[in-house]
Amino acid sequence: MPSVCFYFQVHQPMRLRHYTVFDKNDYYFDDYKNASICRKVANKCYLPTNRLILDLINRFDGRFKVAYSITGVLLEQLLTFSPEVMSTFDALAETGCVEFLGETYYHSLSFLYSRNEFVEQVNKHSETINKYFGQTPRIFRNTELIYNNELATLIESTGKFDAIITEGADHILGYRSPNFVYKPKDCKHLKLLLKNYALSDDIAFRFSNRDWTQWPLTADKFAHWISDVNGNGNVVNLFMDYETFGEHQWEDTGIFDFMRHLPETVLRHPDNNFKTPSEVVESYQPVGIVDVPHVISWADIERDLSAWVGNAMQSNAIHELYRLEKKIKQTGNEKIISDWRKLQVSDHFYYMCTKYFADGDVHKYFNPYNSPYDSYINFMNVLGNLNSRCSKTSEKQAASLTPQQKATKRFMKAGSHINKPSELQPIHPGEPVNQE
Amino acid sequence: MKVFMLGWEFPPFISGGLGTACYGLTRAMDQLGMEVTFVLPKMVESSYATHVKLLSPNSWISSASFRLSEFKNVKFHAISSTLQPYTTPDSYRLQIEETLRQKQLSLGGGLSQAGQITCGDDYSTDMYSEVHRYAAVAVELAKTEHFDIVHAHDWMTYPAGIAVSAFTEKPLIVHVHSTEFDRSGENVNQTIYNIERQGMERASKVITVSHLTRSTVINRYGISGDKVEVVYNGVERNGNWSLAETGIKNDEKLVLFLGRITMQKGPEYFLHAAKKVLGVMDNVKFVMVGSGDMMHRSIEMAAELGIGHKVLFTGFLRGEDVQKIYQMADLYVMPSVSEPFGIAPLEALNNDVPVIISKQSGVSEVLTHALKVDFWDTDEIANKMIAVLKYPPLQETLASHGNFEVRKLRWKDAAAKCVKIYEETLVAV
Repeated sequence: MPSVCFYFQVHQPMRLRHYTVFDKNDYYFDDYKNASICRKVANKCYLPTNRLILDLINRFDGRFKVAYSITGVLLEQLLTFSPEVMSTFDALAETGCVEFLGETYYHSLSFLYSRNEFVEQVNKHSETINKYFGQTPRIFRNTELIYNNELATLIESTGKFDAIITEGADHILGYRSPNFVYKPKDCKHLKLLLKNYALSDDIAFRFSNRDWTQWPLTADKFAHWISDVNGNGNVVNLFMDYETFGEHQWEDTGIFDFMRHLPETVLRHPDNNFKTPSEVVESYQPVGIVDVPHVISWADIERDLSAWVGNAMQSNAIHELYRLEKKIKQTGNEKIISDWRKLQVSDHFYYMCTKYFADGDVHKYFNPYNSPYDSYINFMNVLGNLNSRCSKTSEKQAASLTPQQKATKRFMKAGSHINKPSELQPIHPGEPVNQE
Repeated sequence: MKVFMLGWEFPPFISGGLGTACYGLTRAMDQLGMEVTFVLPKMVESSYATHVKLLSPNSWISSASFRLSEFKNVKFHAISSTLQPYTTPDSYRLQIEETLRQKQLSLGGGLSQAGQITCGDDYSTDMYSEVHRYAAVAVELAKTEHFDIVHAHDWMTYPAGIAVSAFTEKPLIVHVHSTEFDRSGENVNQTIYNIERQGMERASKVITVSHLTRSTVINRYGISGDKVEVVYNGVERNGNWSLAETGIKNDEKLVLFLGRITMQKGPEYFLHAAKKVLGVMDNVKFVMVGSGDMMHRSIEMAAELGIGHKVLFTGFLRGEDVQKIYQMADLYVMPSVSEPFGIAPLEALNNDVPVIISKQSGVSEVLTHALKVDFWDTDEIANKMIAVLKYPPLQETLASHGNFEVRKLRWKDAAAKCVKIYEETLVAV
C-alpha cells in the first residue's frame, strides 16, 4: 500500500542590486526586483496553490496531506511584500494536515563550508517556523537536497530531527528502489527519505512537454503509476519546487486541474493514502542502509555540486565569503551578520554557473543577470564592500572607548618611557579627549 | 565554380579588419577548392612589378598578376591604385598630394628609375574618380577572366563590382563589412551612401557580417530582407606561432585597446574608463595600439585626464608585434560606438586574453563568454576592467571558455556559407 508523500520547496532568493566597485552604499539588495518577483510568484503560484491545497484538505476531510519547506529568506520577503501569503500558509498549518520541514534559514551551502554557521542557521530556521506556524520541524532537508553520510551524522547529533530528506539518485541506490524508508550509514535513530525523481520530474519538468510520449499527463494516469508501486514499495516521495504550480508549469498547461483531481484518483484505490514525512517515518521501518560517502544534490543530470561550485569563479566567491566568517561575527553587528548571511543564499552561486548550454533552461529561470560573469563581478563587489564595513566597524569600536580606556590605550602606545605617574597628564571623565 | 573577388589588402600589409576578413575568407575558399580571381588595389612599385608578370605594362591599365605559394586555387591581380581601406575623401587628397610630391622629389634628385612608383597620370586626384577609374580597370581585367560570380567587399569596390557584373552578366554579391553609418555616425557622406546603396540594390545577394549590420542594411538602405544574409567572420587559428619571450618583466597589469583610433572605435570611452580604474588601483598600464584620425586627440586627452604616464600609444603594429602585445595583455577592451563585426576580440581570445566588448558590436552576437557593456557607460566599463584585473578566477574563466568558444568560429564555415549563397544565387539566375 503505497503512501504518497508530497513535499514542496518554497524559496525565493534576495537578489542583489547592480553594484559596482565604485558603490559605497551598504544596501545591497534590489528591493524593486525582489518585490515584483515575490508578488508575481505569489499571484501565479503561492496564493492559488495554497487555496487549492486548503480546498483539497477540507474536501477529503484530512486524508490529503502535504509538507512544505519554506526558507527564512522567503518568509522575510513574504512578510514585507506579500503578507497575504503568510496568512494562507498559516491557515494551512492550522488544518493539522500540513507539516513544515527544517532547513538552513538562508538556503545556504554552509554545511560544506562552516559547520558552526550551518547549525546556527538550522536553529534559526526552526525557531522561525515555530514562531509563525506553531510547529517545530522534525524532518530535515538540506539546501538543494545536498547530502552525504557526514550530514546525516551531524543532523542526528543535534537530536532535533527524526529523518532527513535527499535525492533518490541512481548511483547511491543501485538496484534498490527509492520507495522505501532507509537508514543513513553510521546513524542510530535517524531515517532517510528518498525522492522518487522519475515520478516527481514527471510533474515538475515533463508535465507540459509535448514531445514526451506520456503527454498529456492526467491525474488518472499518474494515480495508476502510483498504484503500480503497490507490493514493491511503501511510499512514493514526490518532492518538487512549489513554483512548479503556476510558474514553471503555467496555469494554461492544466497543472492546477491535474492537482485538483489527483487526490481523488489516488484515494480511489483503497490501499493508497497520503502521509506527511513524519507520518511516513512513524509508519515504516527502514529496509536497509544507504551509504553516501560523496556529496550529492538534486541538480541537473550530474546530481552533484557543479551547478554551484563547478567553476573557478564560483569556488573563489564562496571561499572568499566563508573566509570572512570570523571577521564578520567579531563585529557583533547584527546588520553586517545578516547581510553576510544573505550572501550565502545558494542562488548567488547558481547564477555564476557557466555550464548553461545543456541545462540552460532551468539555470536562466529568474536569473537577474545577463551572464555568469556579471553575477560574479556583482557579488565580489558587494563582498568587497561588506569586508570594508567590518574593518570600519572595528575602528569605530575602537573610537567608542571611554576616555579612561583611551587614555590607557594611549599610555600603552606611548611606550615605556613614561612610567612615572607624575609625568602622566591627568584625565577627567567627560572632558574631550584629543583624537590621535 | 569560379569567383571574381574584389577584395582588399593582404598580409603583411594589413591595416584593419577588412584586410583580415578578405584574407581569412579567401584562404578558406582556397582550401575548399574554390577557384578565385582576387583583385585588389595596390601601389605597384616598378621594382616589385618586374618580378611578376605585367599584363599590360605600358597601357593605362597598370596591373600585376601573381600567385602566392600558400594559395593553390587563387590568382591575384593587383591593380595599381591609391585606394586604401578606411580612407576618407579628405585623407585621400592629402595622400595623393604627398605621393606626387615624393615623385617630383625623386625625379628632381635624378635618382634611378628603380623603386619609382608608377603613378602620376594613372591616379585620380579625388577619391570618387579613383573609385570609378578602378572600376574601369577591373572591367578590362574581367574581360580576360572566366568566372561565374562577382563578390565585392565594401563600398570602394562596389562600382567595380557593378561594372564587372553588368559587362559580364554575372550575378553580383556585395559583402558589407561596415556601412557609412558605422564610420561616420549620423553625419553620413551622401556620395558614399549612394554608392553603397547602389551596390546593395544591384547585388543579387547582400552578405553582412552580423545581424546588427543586416538590420542597418534593411532599415537604412531600404534593402529587402530576403536578399540579405549574415555570414559571421571567423578567426585564424594559427598554432605555430613561436611564443617568443618578450623579455619584459612586468608586475603591472596591461589593458589593451587595439584598433584604429577613430570615432567609430570609441577611444575616448576607453580613456575615461582608464581614469576611473586608476582611481581604484595603481598597478595598471593602458596600451592603445593603432593609428587613426583621433590618435592625437587621444594622446591629448590622456594628458588632460592626468593619466598620460599610464597610457602608452604604440602606433600601428603588425604581425609578430601584435602577437607580443596580446601575450603581454591581461585584458582586451573594445568600446566601439559602432562595430559591424569586430575581429580583434576573437584574436584576443585566440591568445587567451579575456575581452570586454561593446553591446553595440556584431561580435557580441556570437560571443557568450565575454563581458558586454554599453560603450558610453564608462562606470560599468571601469567596473568590469577592475573585476578582471582584481580577480584571477574571472580572468581565467573568461579566457578559457572564450578561447574554446572562438574555436567554433572558423573561416572555413564562413567560406562554406558564402559558397552556399553563390549556389543559391546562380540557381535563381
